[in-house]
Amino acid sequence: MNEFINIGWAKDEIAKKIANEFPHGSYVNLGIGMPELVSKFVDESKEIIYHSENGLLGMGPPANENELDFELINAGKKPVTILPGGSYCHHADSFSMIRGGHIDYCVLGAMEVSEGGDLANWTTGKGIPAVGGAMDLVVGAKNVFVMSQHTTKDGSPKFLKNCSLPLTGKSVVTRVYSNLAILDVTSEGFKLKEMCEQIDFDLLQKVTEAKIISN
Amino acid sequence: MKINKLFNSVNDVMSDVFDGAVIMLGGFGEAGSPVELIHGLIDTKCKDLTIIANNAGNGKIGLGALIGENQVKKVICSFARSPKSITFKELYENNKIELEVVPQGTLAERIRSAGAGIPGFYTQTSVGTPLAEGKEIKIFDGKEYVLEKSLKADFALIKAETSDRYGNLTYNKTARNFNPIMCMAANQTIVQVKKIEKEENTDPEKIITPGIFVNKVTVVSDPIIESIAIDNGETYP
Repeated sequence: MNEFINIGWAKDEIAKKIANEFPHGSYVNLGIGMPELVSKFVDESKEIIYHSENGLLGMGPPANENELDFELINAGKKPVTILPGGSYCHHADSFSMIRGGHIDYCVLGAMEVSEGGDLANWTTGKGIPAVGGAMDLVVGAKNVFVMSQHTTKDGSPKFLKNCSLPLTGKSVVTRVYSNLAILDVTSEGFKLKEMCEQIDFDLLQKVTEAKIISN
Repeated sequence: MKINKLFNSVNDVMSDVFDGAVIMLGGFGEAGSPVELIHGLIDTKCKDLTIIANNAGNGKIGLGALIGENQVKKVICSFARSPKSITFKELYENNKIELEVVPQGTLAERIRSAGAGIPGFYTQTSVGTPLAEGKEIKIFDGKEYVLEKSLKADFALIKAETSDRYGNLTYNKTARNFNPIMCMAANQTIVQVKKIEKEENTDPEKIITPGIFVNKVTVVSDPIIESIAIDNGETYP
């Protein structure tokens, strides 16, 4: 059992910290799953434009029961809405927004992150390999944020010297947000930006395989 | 004589398909998926097909049904895993179908570039990952890029919203996705539309796919909504 999975920041608190980081007017792509929470916590004084890689710029909240349209979906294939100022485009244009460096922030989940910013999040090497748009997002977005629990369900470290799983991208992650800490990926490795109040630095280091620079 | 790309039925537009053909299927999940044309393809009984699509089908409707009928030898796609995928999963786990996994943006660009007469291109996507293994790497301005080759097809099966007799197409919302670029990358582009444009020609400012990229069009006015059909237990044939 993993004693560190339920301490520190709740998912909503992590989401809020990420949301606070986006400057007004940013173009943002949120990965499927936990990163989708981030849009709930954006301050109303800011306008953020959400990109969904299936050809939707200006994505709004999920569609409610009486506005379901199976031809207006997000990258997770769930019915959503479009906000004023939004647009549709075909897949090559949508991925030009990503690969051409036009997306300011993307937020993704992770299985492993290395101190050099390598990310593994698409396959464990078992089952049907499926990559979607993750490899495009990590090389294209200007800032690549990982949002993840600090350790795996069984307590193994996720933030490592080197990834052991097949990579999604090499030297691509710029910052990691976990339930225990916010770590910047720098040329010298992980650097502590913020830590939750329930733990001290020694404990944080103990559950992180890679060395963390404390200031 | 007037140009007229409109055909009466799904059977009429599928008449040229052959065994071993490479076929692109538009759509992202169910949005923009030409389900009725795929069912027409099942009816042709053509086999050993190579399918290029974003996904590998759900349930036993559309692509899921085509794979279930053992007409597909290989799928080239970005995301073959899905909670409602039955037929691909079963064949893949028994080594009875090939899979080429392609990052979604690379897939889109390989299709777009084929349509634009570009045989290959360099991209940063997948550098340093297993999907770049065995491919040429070139350095531009100190950064590594991998060579990806374009993807052509014998046929593209497309779903659009409207067409006129010239084959000028419009789409509906995110059902556009891969459809316009696949129209450009196939020797023969076959389209199902919900309706024919009421005026003789579509407003030129509203056309997304110009008719030069389209060969055959037929009307399916009330297409199957895949997720509802699967939830209702519907299958094909």
